[in-house]
Amino acid sequence: MEPLLNIIGLTMDFGGIRALDSLDLRVRHGEIVALIGPNGAGKTTFFNCLTGIYKPSAGDLLLTPPGKGTRRLNGLKPNKVTQQGLARTFQNIRLFPNMTVLENVMIGRHCRTRAKVLGAIFRNHKTVLEEKEIVRLSLEILEKIGLADMYDEFAKNLPYGAQRRLEIARALATDPFMLLLDEPAAGMNPQETSELDDLITTIRDDGLSILLIEHDMKLVMSLSDYIFVLDYGKKIAEGTPEEIRNNPAVIKAYLGEDIDNA
Amino acid sequence: MISFKDIQKGLLVSLWFVFLTFPLMVIKVNPIERVITWRWQNMGWVALGSFCYYLATKIYKARKLARQQQIKLGLIKERVDWGQRLLSERKIYLPVLIVVGLGFLIFPLVLSTYQTNIMVTALMYVVLGLGLNIVVGVAGLLDLGYVAFYAVGAYSYALLNMHYGLGFWTVLPIGGLLAASFGILLGFPVLRLRGDYLAIVTLGFGEIIRLILENWNSFSHGPSGISNIPRPGFLGLHLSLGHSITYMYYLMILMVLFTIFVVNRLQNSRIGRAWFALREDEIACQAMGIDKTRTKLTAFALGATWAGMVGVIFAAKTTFVNPASFTFLESAIILCIVVLGGMGSIIGVIVAALILILMPEYLRAFSDYRMLVFGAVLVIMMVFRPQGIIANVRRTYKIPDAIKPKLSRK
Amino acid sequence: MDYFVELFFSGLTRGSIYALIALGYTMVYGIIGLINFAHGEIYMIGAFTALITSTVLSIFGFPLPAIVILTLLASAIWASAYGFTVEKLAYQPLRNAPRLSPLISAIGMSMFLQNYVLLAQTSDFLPFPALIPDFDFMEPYAGFIGSSDMVILVTTTVVMLLLTWLIKFTRTGKAMRATAQDRKMAMLVGINVDNIISITFVIGSALAAIGGLLIASHIGQINFYIGFIAGIKAFTAAVLGGIGSIPGAVLGSFILGLTESFATGYVSSDYEDVFAFSLLVLILIFRPAGILGKASIEKV
Repeated sequence: MEPLLNIIGLTMDFGGIRALDSLDLRVRHGEIVALIGPNGAGKTTFFNCLTGIYKPSAGDLLLTPPGKGTRRLNGLKPNKVTQQGLARTFQNIRLFPNMTVLENVMIGRHCRTRAKVLGAIFRNHKTVLEEKEIVRLSLEILEKIGLADMYDEFAKNLPYGAQRRLEIARALATDPFMLLLDEPAAGMNPQETSELDDLITTIRDDGLSILLIEHDMKLVMSLSDYIFVLDYGKKIAEGTPEEIRNNPAVIKAYLGEDIDNA
Repeated sequence: MISFKDIQKGLLVSLWFVFLTFPLMVIKVNPIERVITWRWQNMGWVALGSFCYYLATKIYKARKLARQQQIKLGLIKERVDWGQRLLSERKIYLPVLIVVGLGFLIFPLVLSTYQTNIMVTALMYVVLGLGLNIVVGVAGLLDLGYVAFYAVGAYSYALLNMHYGLGFWTVLPIGGLLAASFGILLGFPVLRLRGDYLAIVTLGFGEIIRLILENWNSFSHGPSGISNIPRPGFLGLHLSLGHSITYMYYLMILMVLFTIFVVNRLQNSRIGRAWFALREDEIACQAMGIDKTRTKLTAFALGATWAGMVGVIFAAKTTFVNPASFTFLESAIILCIVVLGGMGSIIGVIVAALILILMPEYLRAFSDYRMLVFGAVLVIMMVFRPQGIIANVRRTYKIPDAIKPKLSRK
Repeated sequence: MDYFVELFFSGLTRGSIYALIALGYTMVYGIIGLINFAHGEIYMIGAFTALITSTVLSIFGFPLPAIVILTLLASAIWASAYGFTVEKLAYQPLRNAPRLSPLISAIGMSMFLQNYVLLAQTSDFLPFPALIPDFDFMEPYAGFIGSSDMVILVTTTVVMLLLTWLIKFTRTGKAMRATAQDRKMAMLVGINVDNIISITFVIGSALAAIGGLLIASHIGQINFYIGFIAGIKAFTAAVLGGIGSIPGAVLGSFILGLTESFATGYVSSDYEDVFAFSLLVLILIFRPAGILGKASIEKV
């Protein structure tokens, strides 16, 4: 079967700097795939290429939604990528700080609803129903994520861990079949991280595939089915958590050249 | 609360301002007759003014800091903004609404035509403010050429009436649509760009429109403008000047109500939410599948529509249009209304429009300083109270009963 | 052909003045990412201070060279003081506010300063004394380039060279470049960012004041409104060249000056300002990064 996401030879240049160098990567249906690597390895750049924020210099981004044909994501605008069913979170949280938790999630429904200006003014039956449905679904997602009791708080007033979870909730509201998480555990305490672990597993069990960037090795090793390792924009290894743990190239990239002499 | 050190620093600040304003405030020269006028008394005013301003900001900041600390320590609760309270409690706002509503209803019956005429102008600015509020306040797009769309509306009535004899009611929607098309035409290339470029391009566009109107004589009759524009008719009756102003007044009241209705509904819709979100974070918005350019364009065009319609009304009210009515100052006044009232706040914009337009009319002494004060208002509001005099009301959503019990806090 | 040469030099003169103002825009934009709408007003205040100083000095009977030097100093000092104060009052408190806030504050400041000068001085056009005499050695070229054009071109060139030296080779210049690239990082390595921003405003304002003095003496009259149009045009020039880039601002200014000069000379002078604005809209549509600017990539 065709993988959901198939990246072939992805290259990204910024001026003279090659941030990503002919990267190949695949995500299959129902998998949790992790993308790891030292700081500056090009992980977030990869997400930005994939979600249309940057235009890749070369390579193919192929997406095969379940039950549909393959399409190329290159050159699509970010909002079109999301419409294809690929939703993301951000490394440095980008919520809508002065909107409530509920509204943040409701924004996620935007691309799956269609009320226009006239609908908004005349508030016809269809619009009213649609609006009700948005509220209902958003609350449902909040409940699943465990934020339902804070639905009326401003996003900026949430504790850090809750903000990260809200980003996931917002992404889920766009009805994705694949979730891209950029360092979801960053800045979380061990308690929050273990809750996150459960949450991601639940999301996968609901039928979504997940691609995540993460530094917390414990989390990565316990969650992932498959891992890709990046260093200086190049893929230096891929495999199951077990294979990656014992890969000498990975150890060298993380701990530096002097490992042999130490 | 004010220490000796603050006073010392305040004196230094006022000394600095005395130095700063010395050539412009104290000296006045007449280069032709070669006479110098020394106005030493101004120096005293500057010193006193800047000293007081410094102390006032000092006290304001100290109090704000103290309150924040107390909130942090849990000593006091965060105060609900008075605007919020006014609008969220039915017991307070219902009687106020009834009294104000009645007041507006009988206004032209008790007061003179002159007063009514001023009020019509104020109401026009209310609508303009609400229109620009969609663009600046809700969607966060700084449009500094709003007056251009106003001019498009006014000239479309003047010209369509002159050449084709079209009436007020026919042109009202046409003017709105024409302005909207101009908005789309200008917005489409520019809205893709960074937000601050929009400010300067709209500013330039406003000037271009004015310059074209001034110079293209065969089209717009140049600086002398177009006169003898008919007032709106009422069932074909011929109205006296007094009556037609009263008629205009009620028409504007209807227009204001219509605008409030539409703007309110827009803000509480899927589109309105997207606008608010766009103001908060564009990249996150796109990642949520919102088409940035299109959503902005909708806001831009809708704002322009309102300016166009008010432009038609303006032409009908004054029965005369010329380019001098459409300078940057107009855009600045409308922007000031939105900022003072509170971005995205409907009530705030209405109150601010009434204050800013009526005050110079009734306080003649103030009218010379009008633009100076408007400029200061923009700066001071941004620095000290960016949410405006009446902050935007938080929208509430009906929670389905089935889910309600689950939401109660443990 | 003479007409062409005349237009060419008048375009260069215009361009020089735009460049002096545009540098202030581009430096401030480079360092805090703000369109300083009040910058045109600083230029106007520079011109007014120059008018007042030179008139007072000439009434007191100072000789011309002393008047020129003192006027130049006074207008640069006061304009810098205004630039410094404007930044402290209207922009510094908004460092971390949403992008829209400092922009609105800047518009407000521009309106305030314009009307402050209007109220403190006058709304009439004031004649500006000719500070630059007609040099004898310029006599043979008087047909297409006047003495004041010459002085403006030379002054602008000298000022540009000084500025380039300051930014490229001094400690302050280095700190400015560092702050422009990454404000947080600059702070971490011990650069006093607030001071650097103040210095940027002071330098930009002084340049604008020199521009104000030169153009006022060239044209021979000023009023409170001259800053507004000059400001927008200089900004156009800065965008044309690539905002944030100093050579770009200079290049853009000369292109704009020449375009305006030829367009008003050969097409029509009624639409003088329309050319500049149309040029601005066109650049933003087709090349928003400007001629020398780099397309910025937003960090996500």
